[in-house]
Amino acid sequence: MPGLGTSFGRGGATNYQQDLANSDCIVIEGSNMAECHPVGFQWVMEAKARGAKIIHIDPRFTRTSAVADLHVPIRAGADIAFLGGLINHVLDNDLYFKEYVVAYTNASALVNEEFQDTEDLDGLFSGYDPDKQHYDQKSWQYEPEEEPHSGHDDSAKAREQEEGSQHEDVKRTDQAQAAGSGGPPIAAKPKRDETLQHPRTVFQILKRHYSRYTPEMVAEVCGIEPQVFRTVADWVTSNSGRDRTTAWVYSVGWTQHTVGAQYIRTASILQTLLGNMGRPGGGIMALRGHASIQGSTDIPTLFNLLPGYLQMPNAIQHHSLDDFVAESQGVAGFWGNMRSYMVSLLKAWWGDAATAENDFCFDYLPRINGDHSSYRSIADMIEGKVKGYFLVGENPVIGHANGRMQRFGLANLEWLVVRDLQMIESASFWKDAAEIETGELVTDQIATEVFFLPAASHVEKEGTFTQTQRLLQWRHKAVEPPGDARSDLWFYFHLGRILRERLKDSTDPRDRPLLDLTWDYPTHGETADPSGEAVLREINGVGPDGRALSSYMELKDDGSTTSGCWIYCGVFADEVNQAARRKPGREQGPAALEWGWAWPLNRRLLYNRASADPDGKPWSERKKYVWWDEEAGKWDGIDVPDFEPKKRPDYVPPEGAKGPAALAGTDPFVMQSDGKAWLFAPKGLQDGPLPTHYEPAESPVKNGLYGVQANPTREQIDAPWNRTNPSSSSVFPFTFTTYRLTEHHTAGGMSRTLPYLAELQPEFFVEVSPELAEERGLEHGGWATIVSGRSAVEARVLVTERMRPMHVGGTVVHQIGVPYHWGSTGISTGDSGNDLTGVVMDPNVHIQESKAATCDIRPGRRPRGKALIEFMEDYRKRAGMESGLVPVGGRAPMDSVSGEAKPGRGPAAVQPGE
Amino acid sequence: MTSVSSASPAFTGKDPQNRLFGPLPDVTEEAGYEPDHPKRVGFFTDTSVCIGCKACEVACKEWNTLPMDDSHGTRDVIGLSGMSYDNTGQLGANSWRHVAFVEQSRVVDLPMPAVGLPGATRQDTGEPSPAGHAHQDDSLAEAQAHSVLNAEALSEFDPQTAQTGSDKQIRWLMSSDVCKHCTHAACLDVCPTGALFRTEYGTVVVQGDICNGCGYCVPACPYGVIDQRKDDGRVFKCTMCYDRLTDGLMPACATACPTQSIQFGDLDELQARADARLATLQSQGVETARLYGRDEDDGVGGAGAFFLLLDEPEVYGLPPDPVVTTRDLPAMWRAAATAAAMMVGVALSAVLGSRKR
Amino acid sequence: MKTWLDAWPVYRQLTGSDPLGRGKAARSEATESVVSRTATADRVVQSVCPYCAVGCGQKVFVKDEKVVQIEGDPDSPISRGRLCPKGSASKQLVTSPTRETKVRYRRPYGTEWEDLDLDTAMQMIADRVLDARRKGWQDEDGGRRVRRTMGIASLGGATLDNEENYLMKKLYSAMGAIQIENQARI
Repeated sequence: MPGLGTSFGRGGATNYQQDLANSDCIVIEGSNMAECHPVGFQWVMEAKARGAKIIHIDPRFTRTSAVADLHVPIRAGADIAFLGGLINHVLDNDLYFKEYVVAYTNASALVNEEFQDTEDLDGLFSGYDPDKQHYDQKSWQYEPEEEPHSGHDDSAKAREQEEGSQHEDVKRTDQAQAAGSGGPPIAAKPKRDETLQHPRTVFQILKRHYSRYTPEMVAEVCGIEPQVFRTVADWVTSNSGRDRTTAWVYSVGWTQHTVGAQYIRTASILQTLLGNMGRPGGGIMALRGHASIQGSTDIPTLFNLLPGYLQMPNAIQHHSLDDFVAESQGVAGFWGNMRSYMVSLLKAWWGDAATAENDFCFDYLPRINGDHSSYRSIADMIEGKVKGYFLVGENPVIGHANGRMQRFGLANLEWLVVRDLQMIESASFWKDAAEIETGELVTDQIATEVFFLPAASHVEKEGTFTQTQRLLQWRHKAVEPPGDARSDLWFYFHLGRILRERLKDSTDPRDRPLLDLTWDYPTHGETADPSGEAVLREINGVGPDGRALSSYMELKDDGSTTSGCWIYCGVFADEVNQAARRKPGREQGPAALEWGWAWPLNRRLLYNRASADPDGKPWSERKKYVWWDEEAGKWDGIDVPDFEPKKRPDYVPPEGAKGPAALAGTDPFVMQSDGKAWLFAPKGLQDGPLPTHYEPAESPVKNGLYGVQANPTREQIDAPWNRTNPSSSSVFPFTFTTYRLTEHHTAGGMSRTLPYLAELQPEFFVEVSPELAEERGLEHGGWATIVSGRSAVEARVLVTERMRPMHVGGTVVHQIGVPYHWGSTGISTGDSGNDLTGVVMDPNVHIQESKAATCDIRPGRRPRGKALIEFMEDYRKRAGMESGLVPVGGRAPMDSVSGEAKPGRGPAAVQPGE
Repeated sequence: MTSVSSASPAFTGKDPQNRLFGPLPDVTEEAGYEPDHPKRVGFFTDTSVCIGCKACEVACKEWNTLPMDDSHGTRDVIGLSGMSYDNTGQLGANSWRHVAFVEQSRVVDLPMPAVGLPGATRQDTGEPSPAGHAHQDDSLAEAQAHSVLNAEALSEFDPQTAQTGSDKQIRWLMSSDVCKHCTHAACLDVCPTGALFRTEYGTVVVQGDICNGCGYCVPACPYGVIDQRKDDGRVFKCTMCYDRLTDGLMPACATACPTQSIQFGDLDELQARADARLATLQSQGVETARLYGRDEDDGVGGAGAFFLLLDEPEVYGLPPDPVVTTRDLPAMWRAAATAAAMMVGVALSAVLGSRKR
Repeated sequence: MKTWLDAWPVYRQLTGSDPLGRGKAARSEATESVVSRTATADRVVQSVCPYCAVGCGQKVFVKDEKVVQIEGDPDSPISRGRLCPKGSASKQLVTSPTRETKVRYRRPYGTEWEDLDLDTAMQMIADRVLDARRKGWQDEDGGRRVRRTMGIASLGGATLDNEENYLMKKLYSAMGAIQIENQARI
């Protein structure tokens, strides 16, 4: 997550779940932890039993709220205003941890004279280009202490690099996500004023920026009463400092917004000011929803990344390996060794074919130039640009925003491969899509050829999941998969093998990368299942002697080492599968260092150097964690120190030092190029160096803080199949938020199909307040139709006082809860909540805003067939929106993408009356 | 066969009633096990830490391979109950754990802070809002305008003393119910076939190979726990995972429970733990906390599965004062020896009958 | 005769220590032979729950090459043996009778699923990958070298193993496919 990555240097959760038990106060915001992570929640309950205060901030009163000390209802989409209010409270009342802030953050850094804040520009920062809808970030930079560093000796070349990084096509490539394990490189260390008084210090800018986030403003924007706000502020600040720590817990309730990365940034700033980072019981816990979702960003099946958060090379800047590493080459911190990580990756992939002479096959890598993320690819599918699609353990027709758009995408492919345990809607769309009923799709006119391949379950294959706290845990194989079911390892290995066989006589240079690929994994069993351990060992990497390496610090840039994912280097240390270690928790210390293996280098609590003061002594006995042992001349503690083990606290880097050596003994954020936690992000985020409250793209109210209504850099795709509701619309007056329930799993393929889970939450329902029920004539247990610009769905109604109308900006905002698990297959079926959500995205990470959008609700079931098209078109017309009609097959082109005009119209649309 | 009569040893002890009512120090030995039998085990369900996840329900069904829940014949197709997040409804032949969800709210009189932009007055909700809220009842609108939108801690919530005022507080109670494994188990006492029996762990279990589906136990249970499976005829209920106990494991529900709301162990230890937990909660001002089924002087001689509740038992769907339905059985038997003889006859024929299966 | 009599509950009841026949005397044959299937499993395999990212430890009990029980692993320092309802339903997940175990194929414009042999399916998919790769191939885009294909996209990874994600990314990159995504954005 770039919110954490740009703040601290790594994108992963900063702490581990068990450590929550050490917290004195836990704020769960943007997460429904008790419902979505019940077993992890035991640590919250443990903290509570030890006397910690538990606060749940959420639009709904949930099962988490039920056991919290305080539930604070907040209007969906207003968290930055709330957290900004807390920051203002902390700064205004001098409640920040001064020594920590001065020593470990960039509070004292001076920012460029040209920087202008949202205070000056009514909601915009300096550098905004209204035509391209993005920022030129040059004016956000630090005022440098020395001449800017460049990896290129040639200054013209350096300038070209810098220009390149501001190219709009580069910006759309999610560079911020590359801060997953290494903060954005900065050219030079900033000038500093440790008194924090200079008006251009980060500290003073921060103060000015948040000065308008008063308790009254928080009440106005969030619907949170000042006295409740004060209770939260008091609990949090009185439980932060030398002796006490507060933890923040978030999940997709924060990420799924058009300003999602900035939500996390706001919490990062607050937690940094309070001195809660890198300390036991503190931190920011990112709770992730899938077994290996952390793993799938570490070793990314993501368009913009290579393993270990190395960027996917882009066509504008990266013509060679030198270009690729130029920005980071030699910068302070561990990111400065990026060339070693990249060369080791290339060696792992192309083995002997990768030589210093051929740039280690750098040119074998395809280049990106813009947004190639999932939603954009779906839009391209609808336009017929994508031929084939693999769906591997995902059911986007239900689990992704705008189900109708997803189905149109699938219906316009040449072929589709689906790998899953059970039949899912994304495989059977050609016969059971909602659009078949409306006539927008016709089964025998859909050309998509579909291969459904049964997948092996988690007990039928060996391998590692990386769970939410960056911990890799090996699963042993228990039984063989049934019938044709195979592991995905099997599928990709054999697909690759067949492709290489087909091409073995090819002389086409484009086939070289496939043919030169290292692809000779040992297999076992009748089905020739490749060895997961062999792959894990390749991920770990080997040295010149062919032995597994034990640390990424051993990686070299001369081609003598390999590593398929440098941050995982060490998982196979000493030729032992460290992820398979299972020393019982009760037989080891609190960090349980011998259970599984966590990146980086088995550290469980990141930035733990900050748990000691600048001299290396624990801030307090109560919060002792890692400290400098003068006698032994090294760092010690109950965890692996997240610091060079022998770097003294009083170490000052010599003039001209590079890489890790350029970090001082008081720089705990070792992946940042200045070693500091970033209160202000001079680089790395597309939508501003400081989080600013913007309304969701679809909001029932006006932005109470600035003239700018919504994130000016949000990414939008406008097309008949993706219309955005106008804000403050009387046609779509209510806010809805999507979520999941304990009893189900995301898109439902692993829960709606199981009797014991299906019966526990058997039907699609929505939650409304008694006030809204009365206003709209909704009956408890009866049917309601919920409508957005995308579609209409029907659901049973739960009228509950757990939903509350919010008082915002002088009006009442009603919020509707929409769990999104249902679809047409399985035991428990129903309409899909994600048919309501639209695709409008955060510019940093292309995550859609499904946690706050607008809708209407009315009693009764929805129209069916053609009548539904008519019903929807009437809604859109009344709301002043463009038509949502599409031709049969759904192939309606995009009108625009984030302000870029898209010419041309497709064939005639299916009319309501047809 | 008249030996099972008022003259039998069962009714000639020091306290003839003791076997069917009142405290019983060693229910296991009473059931004929040697003095070195295992200690009596039980469940302590602490509802104050229940998060309503229903892991107990699923873990129970997985272990005991129970069918989906249509035990009452009322749900041919699964559907939403409308009872908060509870779609199980009640304990039954196919649901041996049941999590109840109770939503409560109350209004309280708290100070009303002024809300609005500095210098602006915005308490006037007279203006119609965009969604046409104008037709709202004035008092409701007024109440909403002043609402302090927080729900207070459990410890400060006491629905018995709800006050009038403009604020609303919410409490969501969750509680996992289960067979109580009573000290005096009416189901067991009325069972004519010996299908229900007391295990060496002091728990009460149905033996599927004996039960003939007569159903006498169903109305006998003061909690409405034991239930017949429609398509099978026999009765089913929680066994406290008798089979798992023989392997030194905890019951499936207690094993799974993420927050240790369901605790399994030796009953005396659990009782001590519960007493301590109650004292803690009460010292924190949770005056409504109470133990249910803990008191061995209650109508069932104390339960093997007991609870810490945050409200009256009725709120959770539990009978406030359960009494073993066989309390007066000895007197009845003394008055009707023939009836007793008949019961033995029934038992005999049932046993022989079940052998033929 | 003696044996038969011993097995007769009423006899045991009348002669033993359990005159009311509520305990020891009432034990049936099935009860006497009850055994936990955790005890009779051929092996127990340590695993990790496949649902959310908490990473709960699981113990998988296998008997006759079938999964007979999945429950929490008390050794795990994260979960301490506990599981949520989804984790508790894991055995049902992996032994579900509605799991697809055969390749299903829907031809273009087809109205029903058809059977297909796995090997044939693999060969057909390989054909289509090469074809789509060629159709979507770009050596340059906007005058800049990209050497990639826009003909192939992929979605999924968050539910898979690291090793699987690794092979996917490696293979896709080598074939030039870049539209590779997973749930991590969602």
